[in-house]
Amino acid sequence: MSYLPYALAVWIFAVGLYGVVTSRNLIHLVVSLTVAQSSTYVLLLSIGYVNRGTAPIFADVPKGTRAVDPVVQALTLTDVVVSVTVASLLLALALQAQKRTGKTDPDEVAAMHG
Amino acid sequence: MDVLVPLPVVIPLLTAAGLTATGHFLGRRADDLAGIAAAAATTVISTLLVLRSLDHDLVYWFGGWTPRHGIALGVAFDVDPLSAVLAALAGALVTASFVFAWRYFDEVGTLFHVLMLVFLAAMTGFVLSGDIFNMFVFFELMSVCVFGLVGYAIEHRAPLQGAINFAVTNTVGALLLLFGIALVYGRTGALNLVQIGSVLQGSRPDGLLVVAFGLLLAGFLVKAGAVPFHFWLSDAYAVAPIPVCVVLSGVMSDLGLHAVGRIYWPAFSGVFSANADGLRGVLVGAGVLTALLGGTMAFFQRDLKRLLAFVTIGHVGIFLAGVGLLTARGLAGTTLYVLADGFLKGGLFLAVGILVRRAQDGDELRLRGRGRRAPMAGLAFLLGGLGLAGLPPFGTFVGSALIIRSAGDVGYDWLPPLLTAASILTAGTVLRAGARIFLGWGDADDPSLSHEPRAADEEPEKVPGRVSPPLLFGPALALIVVGLGLAFTPGLAGRATQWAQRFENRPAHAAEVLRGVVPPAASAPAFHPGAAPYVYGAISTVGAVAFALFGLYRRRLPTLLQRGPGRLAAGPAARLKALHSGIVGDYVAWVTFGATALTGLLALTLR
Repeated sequence: MSYLPYALAVWIFAVGLYGVVTSRNLIHLVVSLTVAQSSTYVLLLSIGYVNRGTAPIFADVPKGTRAVDPVVQALTLTDVVVSVTVASLLLALALQAQKRTGKTDPDEVAAMHG
Repeated sequence: MDVLVPLPVVIPLLTAAGLTATGHFLGRRADDLAGIAAAAATTVISTLLVLRSLDHDLVYWFGGWTPRHGIALGVAFDVDPLSAVLAALAGALVTASFVFAWRYFDEVGTLFHVLMLVFLAAMTGFVLSGDIFNMFVFFELMSVCVFGLVGYAIEHRAPLQGAINFAVTNTVGALLLLFGIALVYGRTGALNLVQIGSVLQGSRPDGLLVVAFGLLLAGFLVKAGAVPFHFWLSDAYAVAPIPVCVVLSGVMSDLGLHAVGRIYWPAFSGVFSANADGLRGVLVGAGVLTALLGGTMAFFQRDLKRLLAFVTIGHVGIFLAGVGLLTARGLAGTTLYVLADGFLKGGLFLAVGILVRRAQDGDELRLRGRGRRAPMAGLAFLLGGLGLAGLPPFGTFVGSALIIRSAGDVGYDWLPPLLTAASILTAGTVLRAGARIFLGWGDADDPSLSHEPRAADEEPEKVPGRVSPPLLFGPALALIVVGLGLAFTPGLAGRATQWAQRFENRPAHAAEVLRGVVPPAASAPAFHPGAAPYVYGAISTVGAVAFALFGLYRRRLPTLLQRGPGRLAAGPAARLKALHSGIVGDYVAWVTFGATALTGLLALTLR
């Protein structure tokens, strides 16, 4: 098993975070967050990957067949659901911010500080 | 298996589902009644769970997937008294806020009740869960509900900002958490907490484990609001509707810290045992920093909700230091402190709600002297402020006494004075606001306080005058009285210490969860606080009153006194305030910095 998938996950996470930190547009910010979120799918799936493993469906296969870890796949599915929920909620908030203030720059939407 | 165990999650979830389907036909009062009934039932059942788990944990395996040969495949709820009391606290606060909302909102949709109930289910599920991925799922469920609740008054600008900052920062925190969980699973092949601990038994803390633990810690501390992860908290709590603030400030922040204890003892205490000193230093250091920063920032606020938000951060710091001592006494003390403090802060937020409802304003300076017509809210403020100061033997005193003694046990004698200073700052600020609003004391203007948008903009529109006082001040005073009175439960400190010792004893806990070995019943050690906690309690109370007077009459001090220290403090204060910029990108940068710094410090200390 190579280190490449792990490096990729960290890279995607870093790129997404960079987008969130520097974003000047709420929609861009939400999409960046989704990018960062997708790094966890890569990480989870690569943790459960087994070289030359098949899908973890144990009907009609001989006993002892190599299969990838089904647990991380379940975790990834859950994670996808969570991230879609968060992204849609944030997009709704961004839309509302644009409607109320006419602006999409998070710096300009900010009303309180200190 | 005890059938009661899943009920604190099932009841609010099913009620929420039922309300979603039928709420529009039944009308507002049916929603209110259903909400109150479900939340009250959750509180009662959680309290029953405390009583049933006094001697041994209640372990519940969903679907009957009990462990085979000591290996857990199923998902478990693991109920111990320290967790169940937090579930009960959550239930009680949600009940109180539903009762308060009865009159507080003139118009509110079914959505509010549904989100609050799902939020409650997520909180109880989070504290009872014995499985790290389940904790993540409930963590996210909790977050998503609160994002919606914080942005409830979506037609205004400030709630939008608060909700966006909250949602983005907490989602990044959840990602850190998930990274940590994935690494732990990759290393151990386990998600059950005690199973993780059993697999790691005897191994040495290597880089992977340190990074994983650092990420888990960072994720939970984002939720708790520890420095430097706290920036979202003041924005979100300042704009959430009052009944939501009660629950957020009273219990949600503290759940993040409970989770730190919940992952450390069952899963990591074995592998990090040789380096516990270093970890203790990092956690207590972060706690002290958070406590002092929260207290200082609270002093500079004039918006009452934002003020209480920083008070919350200050107390999160005290709790982090308490849990971070990594002793049974520290954990017991923190839990008792969290309980009393949760009720008191809940009561304070409701008192602010009464003011907002009456005067359509939540600004300390503009409300000066206008609170005289709401004496009950004033009483709540006074008692709440004294309770937060730890006036012996009321309220938070028992918890802080345990923490003070525990600090002495591990040789951290410098810790109690710092924590006392933090509680002087927070309680003093609460008393200052109370005296200014309800007694009309102090100056009418104070330029060093932050300016805030009109608080009235943040609430759904209300008609003044139609106020039914008992339903408003009843819950506020009830919460304050419970918070003050909890300390009088006989033998509480000793019992809590016994529960914490059970929590801390990893091998016995693992045997109980994985093999069903019930530990022999232990007797509760007696706890005699000794003189020191009383001295600290007295100093804290007197100090808080003095600090409140300082805040009110600061500008009447002799000019010489004002000039020198005032000038010295002005620069750093302005810089500190400027850090809280309200811009989400900055907050995420701080989270990234904090997670990196935390993991770096752990790497230095845990090797």
